[in-house]
Order: sequence, then structure tokens, then C-alpha cells
Amino acid sequence: MLKNTRWANLLIQLAAVLMALLLTTLIMLAADAPPLEAYANIIKGSFGSLDRISKVLLSWIPLLLTTAGLLITFSTGLWNIGVEGQIVLGAIATTWVLRLFQDSAIAPGWIIFLSILAGMIGGAIWASLAGALKTFGGVNEIFGGLGLNFVATALTLWLIFGPWKRPGVGSMSGTQPFPEELWLPQIPDYDLSYWALGLAIASIVAVYFLLQGTYFGLRLKAVGKNFRAAHLLGIPTWQHMMAAFFLCGIFAGAAGAMQVTAVYHRLIPSISSGYGYLGLLVAMLVNYQAIWAAPVALFYAALNIGSIQLPIVLKMDSSLSGVLQGMLVLFVLMVEGIRQRYLRRT
Amino acid sequence: MKVELKAIHKSFGTVHANNNINLAIQAGTIQGILGENGAGKSTLMKVLSGFIQEDEGKILLDGKPISVRSPADAIQHGIGMLHQDPLDFPPMRIIDNFIVGREGGVFPNKKEARKDFIKLANEFDFALDPESYVDSLTVGERQQLEILRLLWLGVRVLILDEPTTGISALQKEKLFATLKTLAKQGKTIIFVSHKLEDVEQLCNQVAVLRQGILVGEADAPFEIDKLVEMMFSKVISVEAKQPCPFGNSALSLHNFVVEDYRLRLESVDLTLRAGEVIGLAGMEGSGQRPFLRACAGLLRPTQGKVIVGEKDLTGKPYLAYKNHGVGFLPASRLEEGLIPGLSLTEHFILAEKGQGMFIDRERWERETKERITSFNIRGTPLSPVEALSGGNQQRALLALLNSPLSLILLEHPTRGLDIESVIYIWGKLKERCRQGTAIIFVSADLEEILQYSDRVLVFFSGRVSPPLDASATSVEQLGQLIGGKGWAEKFEQQGDVYA
Repeated sequence: MLKNTRWANLLIQLAAVLMALLLTTLIMLAADAPPLEAYANIIKGSFGSLDRISKVLLSWIPLLLTTAGLLITFSTGLWNIGVEGQIVLGAIATTWVLRLFQDSAIAPGWIIFLSILAGMIGGAIWASLAGALKTFGGVNEIFGGLGLNFVATALTLWLIFGPWKRPGVGSMSGTQPFPEELWLPQIPDYDLSYWALGLAIASIVAVYFLLQGTYFGLRLKAVGKNFRAAHLLGIPTWQHMMAAFFLCGIFAGAAGAMQVTAVYHRLIPSISSGYGYLGLLVAMLVNYQAIWAAPVALFYAALNIGSIQLPIVLKMDSSLSGVLQGMLVLFVLMVEGIRQRYLRRT
Repeated sequence: MKVELKAIHKSFGTVHANNNINLAIQAGTIQGILGENGAGKSTLMKVLSGFIQEDEGKILLDGKPISVRSPADAIQHGIGMLHQDPLDFPPMRIIDNFIVGREGGVFPNKKEARKDFIKLANEFDFALDPESYVDSLTVGERQQLEILRLLWLGVRVLILDEPTTGISALQKEKLFATLKTLAKQGKTIIFVSHKLEDVEQLCNQVAVLRQGILVGEADAPFEIDKLVEMMFSKVISVEAKQPCPFGNSALSLHNFVVEDYRLRLESVDLTLRAGEVIGLAGMEGSGQRPFLRACAGLLRPTQGKVIVGEKDLTGKPYLAYKNHGVGFLPASRLEEGLIPGLSLTEHFILAEKGQGMFIDRERWERETKERITSFNIRGTPLSPVEALSGGNQQRALLALLNSPLSLILLEHPTRGLDIESVIYIWGKLKERCRQGTAIIFVSADLEEILQYSDRVLVFFSGRVSPPLDASATSVEQLGQLIGGKGWAEKFEQQGDVYA
């Protein structure tokens, strides 16, 4: 019986993926675009060369970090929409520490280390704000997080055009880039940093063990699955929710720190690159299972990078990848919903 | 309008909630429906008002068969139900509540509706301001609003489910007067209650349900003893009672007052000794639930002191109670007791306190296997709790209780369980008593209360009786008391004054 449903599950998921592909194809046909060529270009654009692969991995890093954090809040039954703002605050805190020490005598390695740490703390504080609003203010975390996202964006713009503006005049291209010694060391000829990659992989592994193997992780799940029963079993519920927010903020903040130290080397207006929302999609798609997060996040990163080719080669808009990413989540959730309904009937 | 129910059957899983019910109610009468909790009264009324569909059987209005697929259908046919918790929208104005269920048009004709509302309200002498907000009303006033709304929608059959719970004596008087007027106008009133006194005052006939079966009907004036017998008599095989010796005080309540949005319980002074069992008797919603929850620290008493063992825990949070050896088992096993989606093993891990960082799954699975055996749970360590049957879920909940405990509080510990599980569960609980744990439990089953408790508290409309000696009380007596009868005679000699 159990085996049976597991296979049935896999088949159903596969059907969902096929449906998403089919619908995306239909949309392309409707727009007079050649679907097969588009898919070929996405694949070529993401895995066609070592350079492309390194770009995919570079995009994988913040996405995986964000997803890792979100797995914690989702397990606790929290919709941490504010993750986007938590990435931004991570980036801001990182930039702040880098600016603070860039002219000092401290060794660049230490400055980078401190700045990443600051990014994690920044993200965690921003997440705790959403948590505190929920716990003490009765503000649903979805609304609180959404509001804080707007505040975070406004804060970035103010910094870029205000106190941190480039010499002369502020610009949408962001703050003055940091000197190369304040970048996370990269592999020669590629943009990829082993350090960042290592951090991302270590994070998802840590979250996996946290949720699967620790008492704390089990308590988080208990709070997420049945708040009232968890309370009666003696688990301090709001404290665990706050902890989940805090931890998620650390990972989101780390993602922001990577965007500054490993990707853009400065603060730009859209520093989060939408990885927060994309991370929410990935977390939902993997049904909050840490073990699937890495491959699915890689797939989404590949779609992101691969679609960059589309406007150049086929004069198509690169937002096609977003269509496919969204479709996938919708279909996977939909077939799951239908399956649940069907199960309940029988 | 004449209402006929013919051979109505309704089952929920293995429970036959309505078993071949045949009932005819003449227009212009007030029909009482009596029965203890779980007798099938609400199911029958929900079938009639379209909330649920019958499995078999027919509903006839004035001799014509009708099909009621939804509450909207029922209203179309002129059947309206006033629920125990008024179904209204507290943040909205009275007048908007009044209009909201009305069909037709995009823009409601507020002026007309207002006029109708005021006319209707005057007719029944209800003092309701159409512009005030529903959340400022008392339960009784919300009921009045709901009655007016249903009448305005053209209801000719009015069903009332336990309408006198939580309303004042004056409001009750007004309600009864209203119902009598409506009956005179030729409307059919169906009055569902467990309060014998109310039924006696109001109804022309009464039908008694027990375990899904219509066991009898009677016309006014009623013989209360007969009704009580019909409601409660049943054959149950019980083992001999084994009292255990009592120890020191496990819980004492001083001048303890509890209230929820519906009712305020009168003050209670009580001392419970180690090893003692107290049963809380009363119809659903008579205040046992808030009382028990306040004893567990889940609800703050409005007044008074709670002392667990030697320690004053008044106003402390639930966790403090838990840490002082108070265990609480809720009635809704899957909603509050267990965590659907987690396995039995995971539950046992969660219930244990303060370990290290990483879970030793193997050790816990072994441990769980042992507890599964010792509590006779049919399931495996990895079974998700929602896959267990009700009896097994209840055993799992018992197995989750820490030990030692000084006090266990249980809501309906054996509700919906087969007799074998009931005996098993009480065996486990009595074992705890012998180890010095005191128990307070709520049950709808009077036999169970008399069988397993040493003393009994009776709850009725906010009143709490002095403790009764269980061995000196009969099921019939208890049945009368929870229906609000015989309080004066029973408690007179104890020096208490009850009206």
C-alpha cells in the first residue's frame, strides 16, 4: 500500500511537470515562438559550457541559501513572505561593514568574514521583526513580511541615492563597487566562488539535519503541524516560531551577503534579484523536504540563466523561464490538491 | 405547516446517528426534542434544515415530499434553524446581518428592510437598534435578531437548538412568549433541549431520542420521571467499584470563578485529594469545559485561587501547571491532542522533556514499541497518528502523559470508544489513582460518571452543585439534576440555597 502510493505519487508529480511544459509550449505557440528551439536554447544557455555552468551555480547559491531558510519557517507553519526583505537587509548590512572597514588596516579576509556575519545578523533581525509583529502585534506574517519587503526596498534606494551614493551623483547601477580584495575569492577565469558554493551546500545540509535529526527540528514541525496540540504537549510555541524566523533570517541574510561579496560587489537597487520569491516557489515545489531542495533549486537556477539566451538568439523575452517556473509550482500543487480530495472521498 | 419525517437514517462511519426516525409534527404546535448528548437530536435537526443529507428516508411538508439539499433549500421551503451559537457576523451592523441572507438584487433595499425590521421587532417587543453592531449584543439579543431574520425570510418551521443556554431569565421569558405567539400564528416550532424544565413549560409534545432511536413520545402535561427514564435508561455491564485510599490534597480551588463568553459559573470551593476521582456531569455547554480548562491553567479564572499540591499556581501559564504534574487530555484528539502528520514515535519524543541535540531514532523506536505493547495500541512506531482508530488514539494520548502526575484532567476520555477500550482506559487511569494521582473528568455518560468517580459535580446553566457522593446517587437522580430538576430537594439538607 505504502509503496503503491509512493509510485503513484511520483507518476502524479511527473504528470504535473508534463502539464506545465505543455502549457508553456502552448503559450509559446500562441506567441508565434518556436518552442523546441526555445527549450534547446535554455538547455544550451545553462549547461552548454563551463562558463554557463559556473553562472548557473552562482545563481544557485543565493537561491539554495534562501530555500534552506524557508524550509525552517515552512516546517513551523509560517509563511515567511518577508524573506525577500531579509535578503535585502543581509545585503545592506554586508555592504555597511565592507564600507566601514574598507579603508582600515584589517586584513581583507577578516573584513569579508565580518561582513558576511553582519549580513546574517541583518537578515535575522529583519526576520525577527516580522516574527515579533506576528507574536506580539497579532499581524499575520504574510502581511508583516510584505510590508517589511517594501520598507527594505525603500531603504536600499535611499542608501544608494543618499548616504552611500557614488562620488558625484547617485545612480541606479548602485553604490561604488568594492575593490577586488574585498570580493570573495573566485576561481580564475570564472565568476564562481568556492567559498560561496561551500556555504550554500553546508547550509542546506545543516538544515536537513536540523529538521530530520534534532529535537529542536521536531518541535518546530510539531508547532507547524498542530499549534494547539504542540502547546498541550508542553512545547513553548511562540518561542519556537520566533526561533524559526530568526534562523530563516540568518540564511536569507547570508544569501544577501553572497549577492554583495560574490556576485555584484556593491549594493544595487534590486540586490535580492527576486530570489526570495523564487525560494518560496522552490520550497513549495519540494513540499518542504530539504532533500529535494538542492536539485530543484539547481533546476530553477538553470532556467534563470538559460533563459538569458532567449532574447539574444530568438528575440524572445527571458521572462519565459518565469512562466515555466510558476506553471510548475501551480501544477504540482494542483495535482496534489486533487489527489488529497480524491483520497478523502474514498 | 405540518412536518413529517419518515424513516430517516443517517450514519457517520460506524455510528448510526439516526436510526429509522418517524415523527409527525402538526402545524401550530411546539414540539420538544429531548435526549442526552450524542442521542441524535442535532443530526435529525441538521437533516431537516439541510446542513446534512439523510442516507435514507423522506421529509414531507404538508404531505408533500420535499428535497432539502442545503440550508438555502430549507429556507426556500420555509424551514429555518436557530443554532446554538448564533450564525451571524459580529463585526457587521444588525441591519446588514438582517439583509445578508436575502436573495435577489445587487443592491439591497435597505430602507424597506429597515422598515420591516422595526415592524417585526416591535411585534415581538425586541429592543434592537438596527444600526448597532452585532458584537455589542448579548447571546440572547443575537438570538432575537436571528429569529427576526428567519421570520422575515418567510420561515414557517422554526427549529431552535438549545436556545436557552447562555441567555438571561428575562430573555428566556421573552423567547418563550415569542415562540408561543408564533405557534398561535400557525407556525411549527421544534425545540431541541436537554432542559426538562424548559420543555415542561413550553412544549405541547415531546419526542425522546436515545442512541439514534426515537424511544418515545409524550403529550403535555409531562411526567418528568418517565422522560428521564426514556432519556437515560440503558443496560451496561459494570465491574465492581474499587475505591482507592486518598492521600493529601492534590488540587484545591478557593472561591474559584470561571467564565467564558456564554456563561459565568458560580464560585466553587473544592479540595481534591490524591487518588480521588471527580466526575463533572452536565449537558454539553453547561460550563464543565471552561471549568476543567481553568484547572489546567489553559483558561484564567476570573476570581479565586488554584493550588496544585502545595503550590499556588493562580494566574500561571499552562506550562507551569504541566511542570507541577498536571496532565490534560482534550476531547478533540486530532485537533488538540495529537499532531496529524507525525508518527507515534515522534509524539513520544516530543512528550519527553529536555534532552540533547540529536535524536537517537533507534532508541526511540524501541521505546515506542514498548509503550505500544504496554498500552495495547494497535499501530506501529512509524504509524502516523491520524491513521489510528479513535480508541487507539486515546490510548496513545494516555501513553503520552508523563509520570508521575499529581492530577489528570480529561475531557470525554471515552467518547466514541467501544466498551473494551473504555474498560481498558479506565483500568489505566485507576492504576494511576493507586499511584496517588487525582483525576477530574468530564463525561456525557452518566453511568460512566457514577461508575468511576468518587464524587460528582453537577453543572447546570452556570450553577455548580456541591460535590455529591457518587455511591449515593442514581443515574435517574443525576439525569434530573443535569436537566435542572430537583436541585432544591437534593441540596437543601446541605444548607445551600437553590431556587
